Amino acid sequence: MENFSNLNVINDKILKIKQLLTELEAEAEQFPALSRNSKRALVSIKMLELNISDILAFDLIES
Amino acid sequence: MNRQEYWNPVLETMPLEKLKVLQFKKFKRILTWAYTHSKFHKALYEKAGLTPDDIRSLDDIKKIPKVEKSMMRGIQNKDPFPYGDALCVPLEEVSAFRQTSGTTGQPVYQPDTWQDWEWWSECWSFILWAQGYRPSDRVFLPFGYNIFVAFWAGHYAAEKLGCEVVPGGVLDTQSRILKIKELKATAMMATPTYILRMADVAKNKMGIDPSSLSINKITCAGEPGAGIPSTKKRMEDAWGAKVYDHSGATEIGAWSYECENQPCGMHVNEAMFLVEIEDLQTGEIIEEPGRKGKMIITALDRMAQPCIRFDSKDVIEWDSQPCTCGRSFRLIKGGVIGRADDITKVKGVLLSPGSIEEVVRSIKGLGDEFEVIVDKQGDVDRIKLKVELMPEVTRLSIENILKDQLRLKTNLGYQIEYYDYGSLPRYEVKAKRFKDLRKKNFSKKE
Repeated sequence: MENFSNLNVINDKILKIKQLLTELEAEAEQFPALSRNSKRALVSIKMLELNISDILAFDLIES
Repeated sequence: MNRQEYWNPVLETMPLEKLKVLQFKKFKRILTWAYTHSKFHKALYEKAGLTPDDIRSLDDIKKIPKVEKSMMRGIQNKDPFPYGDALCVPLEEVSAFRQTSGTTGQPVYQPDTWQDWEWWSECWSFILWAQGYRPSDRVFLPFGYNIFVAFWAGHYAAEKLGCEVVPGGVLDTQSRILKIKELKATAMMATPTYILRMADVAKNKMGIDPSSLSINKITCAGEPGAGIPSTKKRMEDAWGAKVYDHSGATEIGAWSYECENQPCGMHVNEAMFLVEIEDLQTGEIIEEPGRKGKMIITALDRMAQPCIRFDSKDVIEWDSQPCTCGRSFRLIKGGVIGRADDITKVKGVLLSPGSIEEVVRSIKGLGDEFEVIVDKQGDVDRIKLKVELMPEVTRLSIENILKDQLRLKTNLGYQIEYYDYGSLPRYEVKAKRFKDLRKKNFSKKE
């Protein structure tokens, strides 16, 4: 496996976006367009987590 | 390594020992999720005296009880309606309903959340990227967009890749062929039966040579045909395109795929699924290549209705050779070889319908369609094989080669009936070419 040393940097960005979207969703109870689109975007973020964050969370690659 | 070859260059080239660590950790995660969110799974594991904490290594996974399709049938139509208590999320989180085709009995209902549906198309993205789909492709989908999962996730994955997708839903076969021609579609997804049917209609009813159209790659699913060399060759010759195999199921997900190198087998997506192969007789887990068994599979990230150690009945074997594409995801040799409940004993010999298909489709003078009927004459098993002769082909010219090849490949004798080209039933989706009339409940299954 080649050195993917930037995975940590990528993962930090994924987690930041996730945090922002989670906050948006939580703040948007009375604003369906904001709430549902934030929730839907979080689903895409979940795919980034499956593709990248899990690799780091499970210590499968040297950072 | 050319990273552009892989959808996920880290996961797809990860050494097997690390993939196994990933699988174990993800297995624990989905097991814990199911145990804490599904009454069905909790009861199943408690009955076996297990909690997720008892699973400490990959080897422990075989202690977890398997789930049979009949168990899923047993819980549905109860609350939360209609899925029953394997549902792990509030009902309002379910965004899509699908059901199995019911080939082997009462259909099973499958709930998916937004996340599950995105996961479906993520799994398909691994497949399509490996088969050379790129944003420049115009992908035609000639299937009925309905309650069966079929190529729905292939549609969304192609969109995710950036392809242009043409949904050929309710069009008839001739209209679909004309639309492919008009739009110069470059790729297509369908069952092998329908790929051959379309080629037949184009050539014999419309006077269009399908290989003159612009399709350069075809992804098959739903039947084993793209993994049967003679059927694959018929499709590739007819369309002048590369034909790729893929395997998935409503209750499981899209778990394996052939890559562009066409290694006579399929890669298991071992980052998203855990595949175990169980010996058909002893139930022992087979680790080594070259031994056939039935697949027990876990979808490691499917949340609404988890698929944990599902007894798929698919018969597979590990390949001893790695693929030249560089993926570390292991290959299953020849794809899905058959189904454990289709492989049947006739006159004491194990018979797989796929081996008959391989023979029939390897003989040029025979049409694409055929039918196999097993019954009893008195106390003796009998196999009737119905085949079609292509126009201007005589029975005498192929009779001996067909009999010899069948004997060679299946060790059985057949009562062969010859029909004119176009006489046997045509199928639009999955074909039902194998009928075992010895089974008491055969008519119910049909």
